[in-house]
Amino acid sequence: MVDHHHTHDDHICWGGGHRHPGGHTLYLQDVSAGYGKQKAVEGVNLTITCGHSLALIGPNGAGKSTLLNALAGLRPLLSGSILWNGQPLHTMRREIAFLPQRSEVDHQFPITVRELVEMGRYPSLGVWGSMRPHDREIVQKALDSLEIAHLAARQVGELSGGQQQRAFLARAMAQEAHILLLDEPFSGLDVPGTESLGALLRSLAEEGRLVIASHHDLASAPRLFSHTLLLRRRPVAFGPTAQVLSPQNLQTAFPPTAQA
Amino acid sequence: MNDFLQFLAEPLAQRSLWACAFIGFTNGFVSALVVLRRSALQIGTLSCALLPGIALAVLLFGLMQMSILLGAVLAGLMVGLGSLFVSRTSRTEHDTALSVLHTTAFATGYIILIKLGLQQKVDDWLFGNIMSMTDADLWVAYATGALAMLGITALFRPLVITLFDARAAATMGIPVRAFHYGIFALIILVLVSSLQAVGAFLTLGLLVAPAATMKMLTNRTPWLFWGGGLIGGLGSILAFFLSYPLGWHLGATIIMVLGVIFLTAYLFAARKGT
Repeated sequence: MVDHHHTHDDHICWGGGHRHPGGHTLYLQDVSAGYGKQKAVEGVNLTITCGHSLALIGPNGAGKSTLLNALAGLRPLLSGSILWNGQPLHTMRREIAFLPQRSEVDHQFPITVRELVEMGRYPSLGVWGSMRPHDREIVQKALDSLEIAHLAARQVGELSGGQQQRAFLARAMAQEAHILLLDEPFSGLDVPGTESLGALLRSLAEEGRLVIASHHDLASAPRLFSHTLLLRRRPVAFGPTAQVLSPQNLQTAFPPTAQA
Repeated sequence: MNDFLQFLAEPLAQRSLWACAFIGFTNGFVSALVVLRRSALQIGTLSCALLPGIALAVLLFGLMQMSILLGAVLAGLMVGLGSLFVSRTSRTEHDTALSVLHTTAFATGYIILIKLGLQQKVDDWLFGNIMSMTDADLWVAYATGALAMLGITALFRPLVITLFDARAAATMGIPVRAFHYGIFALIILVLVSSLQAVGAFLTLGLLVAPAATMKMLTNRTPWLFWGGGLIGGLGSILAFFLSYPLGWHLGATIIMVLGVIFLTAYLFAARKGT
């Protein structure tokens, strides 16, 4: 059994079998991204290490999803750079796991929970590599730790909203990625579902991953995320969530006229 | 009955039976792509849009196998991409543009073909006629079907991830856009190559019903493809044995049998839907 946990200087880090000399730091330098030449978000500078969870918060059209897509490598950067451990993030696809918005997924798709989680092995296995016992073990561990092993043979659409989120998180775990990118993971979940997913994300971060999610609910943000980037096409504030969501910052990010 | 056995002994009948089985299987297999892409109606309109391509090819080059196939593919692509272009550059929705363009294309093709005095051929292209398929037709259909199945099987893993969750697929390094175009091209190719078997009107049934049936019966993606192939193949064979004694049109019988199989599955396994 490989020990996935090892300490790394000041923070606990989840190794996932990869070694990262130089620490696990995500470094955004003057990042701009958008559609065509139109910048939807610009001038983002931030540094955050794994072990934290980061919420991207801002009004509609503030560039939350554009930034998330840029981090995922789905949109080219218009300027700036995104570095992970000193190297361009987009050269390390294995390090990123992406969770789509729930409404994006076809819930009628004939696929079992286990098959969904096995997708996470794709970056390691490639197109033709067959599942080895090692891979099956990783998939089983992901199912176990998210407490959905008993649902493994079910079709994804038969699960509740919270269980589906767990299944997608299990895929991210099976991918052994350090960085988890989530698009509005809490939208459409009821209060207990939100609380339990929040606890899960916190523990995934505490194990040494870096969790980054777009989020729209200001009230729940301090409970759910350790850090927040407040956006309004440009960064308004970045830091520990409680400090960032000060009345003054919120006034800047959500001026009364912009509130829908 | 004796009549039928005599008929079966003829090479022509055996050839048709093989064609039914193979075209049914490959179409059923590929139907999983159509069902998973949720693009059944688009494919349906495209199949009718193939007619003007066929007509123009006949007008320009005569009744030649290759030019007819090429014309059909080009017409399909032009209507498909043209409707996309119209919808993006005007206030027309894509569905609306597709409806106008494909009916216009169909009408134009029909007029040309009738003017050329090809009434019988037109019937074959619209409703299918496996018996009238030449050896060359059959080989094109076999090669296309084999290519499609080989391609899908070889790229199965990234293909399913792309169909299920395109954004996650892209972060995993899968060339999602290339896959989408590839899938579209593959469906058009299969559509065109089996056009003569079941015809432009009915081919949609063969390219949707098998996997639509399997979707109610299975939770597993590979079974949607292989089960779809089995339903398509066995259904077509059954239709072949029904159509001769009853004197029913073979292409229409294939689609009807597949429809009955679909409804039966619905009655017994509807709970797996919705």
